[in-house]
Amino acid sequence: MTEILIKNGFVVDPRNKINCEKMDIAIKDNKIVKKINEKQAQIIDASGLTIMAGGVDIHSHIAGAEVNLGRIIRPEDHYKDPVRKTPITRSGTGYSIPSTFVTGYRYAEMGYTTVFNGSIASMKAKHAHEELNDIPLLDKGTFILTGDWWFVLENLAKNNIDECARLVAWLIHSARGYAIKVVNPGGLESWGFGRNVHSIDDQVPNFCITPREIMRGLIKVNKKLNMPHTIHLHTNNLGVPGNYQTTLDTMKALEDLSTDGKPVAHITHIQFACFKGENWRKFKSGAEDISKYINTHNHITLDMGQVTFSDTTTMTADGPFEFSLYEMGGHLKWVNSDVETESSGGIIPFEYKRNSPVNALQWSIGLELALLIKDPWKIFMTTDHPNGGPFYDYPKVLAWLYSKKAREATLKKCHKSARKKSLLPSINRELTLYEIAIMTRAGTAQALGLPNKGHLGVGADADVAIFNINPETLDIAQKFRTARRAFAHAVYTLKDGVIVTKDGQIVNSQIPGRTIWVDAQTKDPCRIDDDMKRKFKEYWTMEYENYPVTDHYIKVSDKVTVKASV
Amino acid sequence: MEHKLLATLITGRTIEQGVGKEKGKGSEEYFDSCAVCFFDKSDMLSLGIKNGSTVRVTSKYGSVIVKAKKYRWGTTPGMVFMPCGSWANVVCGDETYSMGMPLYKGFPVEIEPAPDQPVLTLEKLLLQQFGRNSA
Amino acid sequence: MSKIINNVVCPICGCLCDDLEVTVENNEIVKMKNGCAVCDAKMVHGYKSEERILKPLIRKDGKLIPVSMDEAIKKAAQILADAKYPLLFGWSSTVGEAQRIGVELAEELGSALDNCCSVCHGPSVMATQEIGIPAATLGQTRHRADLIVYWACNPWASHPRHVERYTAFTSGRFESSEWKNYMQRLKAASGRKKMEMASKRIARVEPPIKPKVCFTGPPPQMLEQKPGRKMIVVDVRKTMTAEIADYFLQIEPNRDYEVIEALRCLVTDQEIDVDKVGGIPIDTLRDVADAMMNCEFGVIYFGLGMTQSLGRFRNIEIAIALARDLNRKTKFVISPMRGHFNVTGANNVFAWQTGYPFAIDFSQGYPQFNPGENTAVDLLKRGDNDATLIIAADPGAHFPSVIMQNMMKHPLITINPDMNAISRLGDVVFPAQWCGIEYAGTAYRMDTVPITLKKVVEAPPGVLTDEELLSRILKEVRAIKIKRGEPVGQTEITPTHPDTTKPSPTHKTPAKPKQTKKTKERLK
Repeated sequence: MTEILIKNGFVVDPRNKINCEKMDIAIKDNKIVKKINEKQAQIIDASGLTIMAGGVDIHSHIAGAEVNLGRIIRPEDHYKDPVRKTPITRSGTGYSIPSTFVTGYRYAEMGYTTVFNGSIASMKAKHAHEELNDIPLLDKGTFILTGDWWFVLENLAKNNIDECARLVAWLIHSARGYAIKVVNPGGLESWGFGRNVHSIDDQVPNFCITPREIMRGLIKVNKKLNMPHTIHLHTNNLGVPGNYQTTLDTMKALEDLSTDGKPVAHITHIQFACFKGENWRKFKSGAEDISKYINTHNHITLDMGQVTFSDTTTMTADGPFEFSLYEMGGHLKWVNSDVETESSGGIIPFEYKRNSPVNALQWSIGLELALLIKDPWKIFMTTDHPNGGPFYDYPKVLAWLYSKKAREATLKKCHKSARKKSLLPSINRELTLYEIAIMTRAGTAQALGLPNKGHLGVGADADVAIFNINPETLDIAQKFRTARRAFAHAVYTLKDGVIVTKDGQIVNSQIPGRTIWVDAQTKDPCRIDDDMKRKFKEYWTMEYENYPVTDHYIKVSDKVTVKASV
Repeated sequence: MEHKLLATLITGRTIEQGVGKEKGKGSEEYFDSCAVCFFDKSDMLSLGIKNGSTVRVTSKYGSVIVKAKKYRWGTTPGMVFMPCGSWANVVCGDETYSMGMPLYKGFPVEIEPAPDQPVLTLEKLLLQQFGRNSA
Repeated sequence: MSKIINNVVCPICGCLCDDLEVTVENNEIVKMKNGCAVCDAKMVHGYKSEERILKPLIRKDGKLIPVSMDEAIKKAAQILADAKYPLLFGWSSTVGEAQRIGVELAEELGSALDNCCSVCHGPSVMATQEIGIPAATLGQTRHRADLIVYWACNPWASHPRHVERYTAFTSGRFESSEWKNYMQRLKAASGRKKMEMASKRIARVEPPIKPKVCFTGPPPQMLEQKPGRKMIVVDVRKTMTAEIADYFLQIEPNRDYEVIEALRCLVTDQEIDVDKVGGIPIDTLRDVADAMMNCEFGVIYFGLGMTQSLGRFRNIEIAIALARDLNRKTKFVISPMRGHFNVTGANNVFAWQTGYPFAIDFSQGYPQFNPGENTAVDLLKRGDNDATLIIAADPGAHFPSVIMQNMMKHPLITINPDMNAISRLGDVVFPAQWCGIEYAGTAYRMDTVPITLKKVVEAPPGVLTDEELLSRILKEVRAIKIKRGEPVGQTEITPTHPDTTKPSPTHKTPAKPKQTKKTKERLK
């Protein structure tokens, strides 16, 4: 029975429309409550500090076979960032792909309490969950690669939405996943024989289906299952110059599927899908076109996938993209990791440089998008960790968003061609703390369908971040470095009503965090008859009985049950 | 005729060794499958040994008595093969070229017939090599 | 009273076949179907052999004396806590859950931590760290591969069902099994007798056929003409695997690097100004290179013949480079034939907890990685460590004796289910349960696919699992350190089967979870 009262802080809670108001936050056990007995409670004096809900990251590659392979192939990345053991914390290594414990610690130090894992192949889901169990202090969930699963392709080709929905429900359940992830739809299957699809209307070899049909089909499936999150989409032609057109085509193709004005798809790391120009030499920003579209439509949410200029590791299930990145030259290591009947994958260590015209413009594109899209509930802050940069660069990204001065300081150091092409000098917008809270917590929690996260209303999870920012005295846009430091080291982070970090230091590492997963209950459950089992045997090299993730792999389970309409 | 053969030794897995190790390191199967050295037919002729004769395999690192066997598919003359196991270990080297991997394959050994010498069992071999065993 | 348990996972090699049918009678496995000969040896005979250790033993006056579990744990913890720099080695034949605690123990002790990978595919991992690897899961090969190359490995002996389950003799969506063709050719070529003999030797692995082409023979036109899957074996000696292949290249020992480099030249259209490389005529290599370039989906599986011969990780590096180059022409992947059933898991568990897959040193309080320095063999060769803990491995049978002699200079603790060579040499010898037979846990297949090993029989009374043993040793080590006034880590020793604490009220959980086939059986 713990009771905590956070007093006199400036509360920023966009979900409840609270903007820097001086308020007390009462916590009982792991929930935010209306009132507690002040005498019994532990008091946190937050005068002069900003209080936000714990951060919610919508897309970050923190666990799974792909991530771990990235760790294995990059000892040189870990050498520069060893993390010593303490009586409280475990040892490990950091940098672009930190070890599991360090991942948890560093997120918590920044006031993050919930992180969603970018993508995993269901066949290797046990691995991802084992890693997630070793990431302390965070609630986490993981998206399941579904777009190129043979069962989905076959059923959608026959327009069998209901059957497909039942199978997807089974897959998400058996992988203990949270949402449907679609990566380069059709492209991953084509990559099985070294090919790719290049527009949303290309035929997927051997399957008589197009990416457009896959995406539309899975959105219908997602709706039938009443999943809390939309489909999580990584578009075709990612990382290819001129792909903003594909992105626009994709968004247009999904327009009619939104009936109630709610989003139907979340396009992730949009920066990588927003390139204009027919080749790298004529590379330009597509941010204007994309943001114009988003500003007039409501069926899509986005996250940035911001580039932060660091030596990082790119990793995605988009195997053909990684190969084309490798083919561009200059890369020593290339990993490809296909997963039978489900997915592919690739890893390439990559250094984003300010003096590279392309990289510098990529940096600009991400920020342009975030600033040109007027509604912060539509675009969220990520670096697609570790693809654009490691998550510990978030404070930097925030600084670029809330301070034109910070943007200019960086832009000055960028390649001159990027400087010329960048739209940033023409953008004066500087985000407020309120907008930042939307892009990092309230908005992401809403997009993910997490009613008790991302806000500080009564009944919300007691995940709280307190930053050393006094909105009355500190002009964050001018003193962006001070604010950046504040975001990098929260004064307090509370997870489940327990103080886990204080002054940017871990004080309690024993909160395991929950694994949030969805059980979409179909009226007529997926019939796994003998015929189906035979099919499993044919498709996978693993027996059907050994395939699903069992309860053993979930340390602390947080099941979200939804009633499906099939 | 000098009864010595200079050969290249390869150690590796055999299915019999696999079965033997799973049945138990003290099992007869393990002994029968591991305390052996496979030869090319022509090498056996030149050494004057038969299938089942005992031979002494010597390298820079040690020397061990094992049974000679004819390799079923006739390996290349001058190349001999021993299944991995405690007997092969005696002649394997500690040179890792700073990569953690000692010498297991493709190093020179000298082989001579050892007609009257016994092949040590695992227990005796351990006692001989390390001065202790499970007794 | 006998019961049949289906889909049991075989805890022996990196194939992790998960289709075994095991018959249990009176808590004893009496029959096993579908597995190979090695699997049969372990699952039906080996696990219950006389070699089994049932009580902890401590060496006193040169003799191993049975003692109580508490005494053995105290003694082991004392040895480890007293040592300045212990080495914890093994880990490849135990489950991920135990490996996790192993890392924590190593961190607490400030010790060296290494797994069997360093003497099998350590060089492969190092090569991957150099240039990456284009890999795929085994099913990808099964569905798509029309060219299968086994380089310097002999799956017939080391992974007996690899060919049958994942490559040439299995049917996938786009490629069919070559087994019938082999059978037909076999019938034509040789009599039934030979077939029966071979079949007896290895359960379910298809019988051999006559060698077709030899390395000195004419260029293998058949590689182009033959429809369906093609299988090429490259090795320094002829093996059973070579017999079942369509084509066998016998190269000179320690010449893998040159041969692969020559193939790379041919694949990238460069001229080679010699007649032979590694004993193979260039024309022959050209045909092989053509076969590689013209396939739809090719795969190279490589074994210890590459990692253990001269060049070590450079051999693998060049092979990966070849596969990578081939991806410009077609689809090509390459994979190591990982040996022990969970050596891949050891790499993975170590990596997610520390960032490094093997050869880890905790002496500075944080993980450091330096193969060649922290690898077990190098460490022992220099005589750096002053105590050793071996778990789930048998360096007694697989380390060179010269190395082992150094290990024997210091106290040795062993944790193994049976009296293998290293247990025979130990100072404190723990018994352990057989994972995958007596308790469940996670293992990673050679292509990093995690599979849950099953429990099929009860363990003998008093014998603990690896996790339990390690947790108790860790607890004891911490107790000793606390007594000495040294700082210790927080006692967060994870139980084997974590309880799911009450779910967050964030989301309503239905009172009764739906009991369809969806909700899978819990770990037994």
